[in-house]
Amino acid sequence: MEYLAGEYDVIVVGAGHAGCEAGLAAARLGCKTLVLTVNLNNVALMPCNPAMGGPAKGQLIREVDALGGEIGINTDRSAIQMRMLNTAKGPAVHALRAQADKLNYQENMKWTMENQPDLDLKQAMVDKIAVENGVVAGVVTDTGAIFKARAVILTTGTYLRGRIIIGELAYPGGPAGNMPSQKLSDNLANELGIKLMRFKTGTPARVDRRTIDFSKMLIQPGDERPWNFSYSSDIEDREQIPCWLTYTNNDTHSIIRENMHRSPLYCGMIEGTGPRYCPSIEDKVVKFAERQAHQVFIEPEGKRTNEMYVQGLSTSLPEEVQWKIYRSVSGLENVQIVRPAYAIEYDCVDPTQLKPTLEFKSISGLYSGGQINGTSGYEEAAAQGLMAGINAARGLKGRKPVVLSRSQAFIGVLIDDLITKGIAEPYRMLTSRAEYRLLLRHDNADQRLTQIGYEIGLISRQRMDRFANKRNLIVEETARLNNVRFKTSPKAQGFLEDRGLVIQQGTSYGELLRRPEFKYRDLLKLSGDMPDLPEDIRESVEIEIKYQGYIKKQQTQVEKFDKIESKKLPENLEYLSMRGLSREAAQKLDQIKPLSLGQAARISGVNPSDISVLFIYLEKANRESGGKKTVE
Amino acid sequence: MLDDSIAAISTSLGEGGVGIVRISGRDAFRIADKVISTAGGNSNWLKESHRMHYGRIADPATGKIIDEVLFSAMKAPKTYTREDVVEINCHGGYIPLKETLRVVLAAGARMAEPGEFTKRAFLNGRIDLAQAEAVIDIIRAKTENALKIAVSQLDGRLSEKLAFIQDKILTMLAGMEAVIDFPEEDIQEESNEKLTGSTGEIIGELEALLKLAATGKIYREGVKTAIIGRPNVGKSSLLNSLLGQERAIVTSIPGTTRDIIQETINIKGIPLVLTDTAGLRETEDLVEKIGVRKARELAREADLLLLVMDAQDFYTQEDKRILRELDFSKTILVINKIDLNETLSYKEEFPIPVVKISSLSGQGMTALEDSIEELITQGKAALSETVIVSRARHEDAIYRANKHMEELLAGFSTGVPLDLLSIDLRSAWEALGEINGSTVTEDLLDRIFSDFCIGK
Repeated sequence: MEYLAGEYDVIVVGAGHAGCEAGLAAARLGCKTLVLTVNLNNVALMPCNPAMGGPAKGQLIREVDALGGEIGINTDRSAIQMRMLNTAKGPAVHALRAQADKLNYQENMKWTMENQPDLDLKQAMVDKIAVENGVVAGVVTDTGAIFKARAVILTTGTYLRGRIIIGELAYPGGPAGNMPSQKLSDNLANELGIKLMRFKTGTPARVDRRTIDFSKMLIQPGDERPWNFSYSSDIEDREQIPCWLTYTNNDTHSIIRENMHRSPLYCGMIEGTGPRYCPSIEDKVVKFAERQAHQVFIEPEGKRTNEMYVQGLSTSLPEEVQWKIYRSVSGLENVQIVRPAYAIEYDCVDPTQLKPTLEFKSISGLYSGGQINGTSGYEEAAAQGLMAGINAARGLKGRKPVVLSRSQAFIGVLIDDLITKGIAEPYRMLTSRAEYRLLLRHDNADQRLTQIGYEIGLISRQRMDRFANKRNLIVEETARLNNVRFKTSPKAQGFLEDRGLVIQQGTSYGELLRRPEFKYRDLLKLSGDMPDLPEDIRESVEIEIKYQGYIKKQQTQVEKFDKIESKKLPENLEYLSMRGLSREAAQKLDQIKPLSLGQAARISGVNPSDISVLFIYLEKANRESGGKKTVE
Repeated sequence: MLDDSIAAISTSLGEGGVGIVRISGRDAFRIADKVISTAGGNSNWLKESHRMHYGRIADPATGKIIDEVLFSAMKAPKTYTREDVVEINCHGGYIPLKETLRVVLAAGARMAEPGEFTKRAFLNGRIDLAQAEAVIDIIRAKTENALKIAVSQLDGRLSEKLAFIQDKILTMLAGMEAVIDFPEEDIQEESNEKLTGSTGEIIGELEALLKLAATGKIYREGVKTAIIGRPNVGKSSLLNSLLGQERAIVTSIPGTTRDIIQETINIKGIPLVLTDTAGLRETEDLVEKIGVRKARELAREADLLLLVMDAQDFYTQEDKRILRELDFSKTILVINKIDLNETLSYKEEFPIPVVKISSLSGQGMTALEDSIEELITQGKAALSETVIVSRARHEDAIYRANKHMEELLAGFSTGVPLDLLSIDLRSAWEALGEINGSTVTEDLLDRIFSDFCIGK
């Protein structure tokens, strides 16, 4: 029997990494918000690896943090190891990565959610989204509870018609032993007319720490320097737990080859498309047959558990074969598997049905974010959840949507890729997807986005002040280095002789820093009057000065890019009857309904002459409405 | 949008008449000023709008004079596009036009898209609203036309060569990007030496392509071929039979061919620009003397010489003297009128190919064509693999790609980090992609995932 169970401004369906950000953002922006999850024990569950960040993903976390999201703070609180990757490969691609204590992560996030004013967190299985006249009205649960709402955000992860596959065994299921959502897919596809796709992903087995021989493995410790993701975290003292590295061998590969006929992937039991960057061990052995060994990382799942994650050995082979594979690896000879590896298939939304705000074009007030949009990764999910939450709240308050551009943030690249280009496999953020990655660094995410977060209302005055102070220090130190000139001293001479370098009197420190052989820390040895600045400020200053030439080059490219992005296209353009467009372009434009000429140009099948035609139409429409020139 | 300056050849290409390179945009005058020099060396023309001026186009990089031109600078808004416009009237012919466009592009203009001048005219309000659809039609038609031309000009060998270079760049890029995006994977990072080496190789390939753009000239302009020999050995009848029609006046009175006759024919896909010269012999007749001198000059400049001798009066003193004057490496001896002396025999061993023909009966003509092809293709190895980079757009793109690769090379030597190096590498790839319409991101990801074993 259906009954009215409550009325909200915003309802979030799912409490994973997208759902938590969406719910927190909406509530913090003053919306009465409800977050529903199938299992309250699994808020912010990390069903795959116990790690956060890495290239591009780390930037996403810092961006979410600068906008007022939670993932950075929560990771800092739950981290049991931090490492800065790629430090030798250039400033644009430095990437912070953390090992998180999974249970602690969940507990922290749940506690934050529970204590958030205007936010209700409840357990329920949503079977249906109520839509009236193209406008979302609420949700209905399997127990008949009707929750009314003016906006609904779908953050269902991999639960939609989830199906678990372990070798020959397959059954309906969500990740990590949870229940799948069986009915919502049907409602979305058949009643709401949303196009769904089917994707697949997988996770390796978990093993018992006490049954691993670490003496045969290489230790992978964290950095000594106390890193934090959040610009507001000040954690300096953190107990770090190492990861371990070992390798597969020819025995492993033979076992896999012998059992390949039992792989559900190879015998057609799996219909979903899997990610290329996350292949199972059997995929790797088949595709890269010449490789004698593949890396296997053993990662702790937390402080107070003996479960260890086995990165590199994801498989959907039968459990019995998994034992043989795992035990063939050096150091795992006597290992006990405590949870088998599995593959999971799930329904997701074709994201080209979404606006840049992550609202469905066809249903007002319905948003979606995270893995349901075909992405993979906690960080990608959090970023979308945050943006969906912000835009749902702003939509209800009649405020302008917040859409980040590709030149502003990885979040902008992520969402634009999803809604403009569509996807054929689970989407993972990579730095190579960003055209302006030198500008989208992890060290300057706060400089790019804190102001926006403050204007949105998710960044406090206090934090804004703290940021402004940091920004001033960077500006002052950059200016100082460009003005102050090198004066020789016994200390400086000694240093230069050690390094075999010569410096002309009067060279500015800025010029020195631009030389490849000088780092900021060298200046400390050259000059007696260097200010005592925090490490992150020194780094930002160093990057800004050292790579000024390249940064300026990218900024010029961005200016060009922004010009065409700023040419807005009305949503109601009748592309199909527009003269001069190629047929393919007209159809694609009609489907995607781009908001700007720049976005239109990124749609495959839309070529430069189509853009010229659109330009003419814009100008024509503008002149007909008596407006001023749109150009220049 | 409209803040850059565009340029294009705005007359249809072909021989004869003049050709116009048009520049439009806020920097049009500044760009023109860089490449035009006037008699007094001043830039007074900048002040005189809508007037014709005389000047020279020079390549600012080398100072080399490209062409003598008439040009006009027209100040906005009374221009076709309502922007500042400079129109440069070059001498007809493809080369001066294309070279002028090239230096204009190098001086800061961007190659105009098809129909872009008209588009700007519309956007700047010069063309009224009622004509908006006509403007769209123009853009559409021009684009389609340009596309057809581009496709037809994208010679198979150029495509192959480009694909080959792009593939090399992509391999490098994928290696660099994989290392960046998957730092914990077991990916062998290429050594600096190896990357520097690959960069050098790619630069070599690009430079070869740019050179071929010059060699491609032979295909575009044809192989300059001169038919020479003493008077009345059948030069004009050979010309006519190569042409397949009567062109030159054929008589048996020596010295009838006083004017130089030029005609282009196609021999096995190689365009020959044929010149029939007045007979090479000492002469008293002043008019003819000029013709003979010109003929000698032509013989020097020609890429291919067809030395004609008469089978009935073979290898005279005069024939010997002419032969001595010639460059053997580009000469074929054609013994004409073999039908009139089928039993011709001689003891000499000529250091050049010899073909016996009858231009009247057509006997031996196929053998002559074979001989011509062989000489051109085997003598100049570069030609056989010549790639036609005929469009300035292509050349411009290759030039930019090469520049990025050179910056990359400099980056390697000064220890610039990987993520910055990849910017230049990617830009090089994108510049080449403009030629065949490929885009980088998807190709790059495909390559990363197929080349490297990545994943958890």
